[in-house]
Amino acid sequence: MIRSVLDPAGPQAGHIAALWWFVLWVSVAILTLVTLALLLALFRSAARSSGSTAVTTPEPAPDRRAGIIVGVCVAATCIILIVFLTASVVTGHRMAQLASDQGVTIKLTGYRWWWKVEYSDPEPAKTVITANEIHIPIGRPVLINTYSQDVIHSFWIPALQGKRDLIPGNPSAIWLQADQPGVFEGQCAEFCGFQHAHMRLVLVAESQEQFQAWLDAQRQPARSPANSTAERGQKIFVSGPCALCHSIRGTDANGHVAPDLTHLAGRLKIAAGTLPNTPGHLAGWIIDSQHIKPGNAMPPTSLSAEDLQALLAYLGGLA
Amino acid sequence: MNEQQPAGPKDTELSAEELHAALDRAWASPRGFPGWFANVYHKPISTRMIITAFIFFALAGTLALVMRLQLAIPENTLVGPDLYNQIFTVHGSTMMFLFAVPVMQAMGLYFVPVMIGTRNLAFPRLNTFGFYMFVIGGGLLWVSFFLNIGPDTGWFSYVPLSGPEYSPGKRVDVWAQMITFTELASLVGAVEIIVTIFKLRAPGMSLNRMPIFVWAQLVTSFMIIFAMPAVMLASGFLAMDRLVDTHFFNPAEGGDALLWQHLFWFFGHPEVYIIFIPATGMVSMLVQVFARRPIFGYTAVVLSLIATGFLGFGLWVHHMFAVGLPQLGESFFTAASMLIAIPSGVQIFCWIATLWKGRVVMRTPLLFVAGFIFTFVLGGLTGVMQAAVPLDLQVHDTFFVVAHFHYVLIGGAVFPLIGALYFWFPKMTGRMMNEKLGQVNFWLFFIGFHLTFFPMHQLGLNGMPRRVYTYLPETGWGRLNLIATCGAIVLGSAVLLFLINIFVSRRSGVLAGANPWDADSLEWDIPSPPPNYNYLYLPTVNSRTPLWTKTPDQPVVTGMRSDILEVLVTTLHDALPDHRHLLDGPSYWPLLTALAVGIGIITAIFTPWGITIGAVLSFIALAGWFWPLGEAIADTSREAGPPFRKAA
Repeated sequence: MIRSVLDPAGPQAGHIAALWWFVLWVSVAILTLVTLALLLALFRSAARSSGSTAVTTPEPAPDRRAGIIVGVCVAATCIILIVFLTASVVTGHRMAQLASDQGVTIKLTGYRWWWKVEYSDPEPAKTVITANEIHIPIGRPVLINTYSQDVIHSFWIPALQGKRDLIPGNPSAIWLQADQPGVFEGQCAEFCGFQHAHMRLVLVAESQEQFQAWLDAQRQPARSPANSTAERGQKIFVSGPCALCHSIRGTDANGHVAPDLTHLAGRLKIAAGTLPNTPGHLAGWIIDSQHIKPGNAMPPTSLSAEDLQALLAYLGGLA
Repeated sequence: MNEQQPAGPKDTELSAEELHAALDRAWASPRGFPGWFANVYHKPISTRMIITAFIFFALAGTLALVMRLQLAIPENTLVGPDLYNQIFTVHGSTMMFLFAVPVMQAMGLYFVPVMIGTRNLAFPRLNTFGFYMFVIGGGLLWVSFFLNIGPDTGWFSYVPLSGPEYSPGKRVDVWAQMITFTELASLVGAVEIIVTIFKLRAPGMSLNRMPIFVWAQLVTSFMIIFAMPAVMLASGFLAMDRLVDTHFFNPAEGGDALLWQHLFWFFGHPEVYIIFIPATGMVSMLVQVFARRPIFGYTAVVLSLIATGFLGFGLWVHHMFAVGLPQLGESFFTAASMLIAIPSGVQIFCWIATLWKGRVVMRTPLLFVAGFIFTFVLGGLTGVMQAAVPLDLQVHDTFFVVAHFHYVLIGGAVFPLIGALYFWFPKMTGRMMNEKLGQVNFWLFFIGFHLTFFPMHQLGLNGMPRRVYTYLPETGWGRLNLIATCGAIVLGSAVLLFLINIFVSRRSGVLAGANPWDADSLEWDIPSPPPNYNYLYLPTVNSRTPLWTKTPDQPVVTGMRSDILEVLVTTLHDALPDHRHLLDGPSYWPLLTALAVGIGIITAIFTPWGITIGAVLSFIALAGWFWPLGEAIADTSREAGPPFRKAA
């Protein structure tokens, strides 16, 4: 379940939620007052007219009192807007405070219709590439550098931070931080074509130790097959069409147009946050992903039942 | 004046009956089926435009219902992603380009001439040309949609998604050319309205006495002239990127994807005010009549309209906060976006003050005005929220925004429009609309609207993005979506009831007479429906509410020829009589020119030669249009002004 904007788990979304509640209550008050004035005006003067439809003409003498009341209302409007503007700028300023040089840096690239997530390291061998799942340590600022491979996407985790568009040819960046552990979901917010609806992602916030452990595990090449079935599965993967698009580090599969599957089994979801990561769903996805996400780039695969089981056994072991 | 051809009689030489007959002859609509295509009178053409716009409204509304049914439950399979993307694109494009802007303009093209006391628009043939452009553009979009090549990249058609690489085929080209058609039509209408207002007002109707609806149309028309070229430029660039491999928007070749957004929203934001300002003009007229007193703060309201017209151009970047602009720039646009709430606030306070000081007569049109004020204030407040960058970053591109802009577009424009149609229907048809049905219509519409769109605020805050063809059950968005769908069905039935009321009242409504509401503006002084020539004698005006202050010996304009299409041209500021001017009569050339341009633009979807073909055909058509026929150019010489005569 996507956590609401109003249920913030980090400072950025927290500042925004605070601004929201302030603006909301002032707005409710304004709407109530205007509605009351409107209803009073209607009923008061309807009662006064008592069926008469005579016109008040020629133009009545300018009404000083009404003019003053309208003037006061306009002045009040201006003051409220200035207060809103100030609150907005102050909130923006607070959100800018998060930037720091102690942050974790993540490179996020949008593809139709999935997310490539990279944790770069000065040592190239330590670079981690994964997909559709971001892990961050709690209590530490995180800088997400945004890129797009094709069309415009938009990165959005409602519980943590507002949106940032991923625009081809126009890299950008956004800071966020989670203050409590949890799994936060999000979804692409800029219309990006066919499967915009199913371009989701998961953000896992965990303690610094857990995060470091996860990162270290991700740096390892893929596990070798545990038994002969899985070994056969690996062969099917590497020698079949799968390897043309996907890569599994430590094997000959090094396609670059689809999600990296090196540690697939450790992920919570597959198909860009659309399906739970279970063997059944994975099998359905491999056989006919077009039925689940029509238009996605993965072609249907024809495999015998044994081959499919072998492939699942291999992929299931890629923790 | 041509000596061989004796001038026909002037109105002073005829009795009222003879004059009536003579004007009927001179201003007769061309007869028969072919004649239908040659008509250039503003009322029949605008009526066609209003009806066409409402047909598009009904079609696009049906698409909205399909979308609501699809989203009623999670993972629904009523429509797939391909069709859904076409549906929301065609829904948005139709509502904006083929309904809202044209219908507001058509109301202006119909009512501006009768409200300012003249006989036709300044360039009658050009107006007809604009109408046919609009019809061809709308037809192009909908025929494509029914052929399953409807555009599918959204009404905003962001590049690079709409560029040649990610949208092969002709779908986006159809969209781009539809824009070209309808923007041409809008520009033509805007020119018509501006010149008509500036030069053809009744003597006495100085600028500061113009009805507020006329002011609203004037401001809107200027906005159209400054805003529409931006989107025509953008759609032209896009069509070139797609057709002849230019790279305006291709970042790989030095183009810029953000350029599109700037150009589009530089048009796109004024666009909503182009829709909203005429609606506020209608509200001012209605409030005045149903409060039974002149509007409170005429000057303030007019200045608010003008201020809105200017400020509307300074907020386009608030559609782009999520792209990551420098904070100072964002703050500027936040301030500008909040600033525009002030003129809207001024108008709302003036309307409430007018009602407060007046003696309200509660009828259907006023109900819609009241519904408008509530709904629009709510939508305006959510708009102010989104002006704040931090809030916008959360709600941008979510259902919260869908809720917001339906509150300001349906609340801000469709509520007043329906109220205005209840109000002006008697003038247009001669019959009253059914009041009981009208009240039921209002309550159904009001309840259905809020039931549909209010839950969407919460959906947006709960993380539901726009333009998704379905959602997963575990998102928890199902219940609110179901409520919205139920609301949409109520809303749809309200629209249906409105159309039924139109049809029933058209046939058997109570006869209205000239001025059933005892209203103040000039159009209520002539028969309902008005004859083609509008006024037997062109009227004069002595106040902002001419019919309420009309004296028994109110002068009329005389000395106009009765056998040719003459109108009185007055001065821009004070509307002093200046000279008589001959208008063009019925002609087939506007239609033929529209067809020539249409062939060019549509062929250009497939081959660059379309431009050449269209240019040649248009040249031929324009040559025919402007071919001098050697007819006497009637008595248009500048005189001291026509003589005035006291009415009998």
